[in-house]
Amino acid sequence: MIFVIQINSSPYHSNAGQRAYQFVSAALLQHHEIFRVFFYFDGVYHAFKYATPPDDELALTRKWSELADQYQIDLVVCISAAQRRGLLCSDEAQRQNKIDNDLADGFRLSGLGQLVEATLVADRFILFG
Amino acid sequence: MDMKSYLFLLRKPAHSGSYVQEILDVILTTAAFDQQVTLLIMDDAVFHLKAGQITNSNGMKDIAAIYNALELYDITEIYTEEDSLHERGLKLADLCLPLKSINRNEVSAFIEGFDVVFSG
Repeated sequence: MIFVIQINSSPYHSNAGQRAYQFVSAALLQHHEIFRVFFYFDGVYHAFKYATPPDDELALTRKWSELADQYQIDLVVCISAAQRRGLLCSDEAQRQNKIDNDLADGFRLSGLGQLVEATLVADRFILFG
Repeated sequence: MDMKSYLFLLRKPAHSGSYVQEILDVILTTAAFDQQVTLLIMDDAVFHLKAGQITNSNGMKDIAAIYNALELYDITEIYTEEDSLHERGLKLADLCLPLKSINRNEVSAFIEGFDVVFSG
């Protein structure tokens, strides 16, 4: 089955991101396709690479990066929601005449069209948060 | 391109951070993909459409004005839920757009009719 996941809540506001991560991991283990994970609203906070939680806490951003690396899943962060919240990759920062490089490995910034396109492809679209 | 029916279920009040602006961005993008878009506005979200909002003095946006853009994208299927209005002392005539209304006990059957549901 083809799944598309949307995450709307930040890692420290609710456990929605963690539940999404567990769902995606379980679906991949059962050989389902995760077509795209789309981070929107405060969900974009999952993609800040300098988030540095204490060692005994779950580092969700790193977990997503590792999952993307292992399974080649597409982690897309809404660019306008990201810009509002100060999350820019180095290319985007350059375009905006700013210096920044916040985007964690395995994530990419793109537009809302990527979300709508994904929902058209999906058998199931599941929203967390 | 494929065609699906989308329901956007809006429940949060106006001025909940950037919530209204960002959910409307998804709604307009979906419409720009020529998909069938329907809105159901219930709970505290009914305040989004309250006519006569005065927001210019406090740095907020007139949320109701943003809704006027929906018609430009051919989004005309906008529903509200009557009990949500009544519980908040509102009636259809207090809103800035003409909405269709359904009863609370019709909501779940209404949602069943769509391919994709965005809730928030």
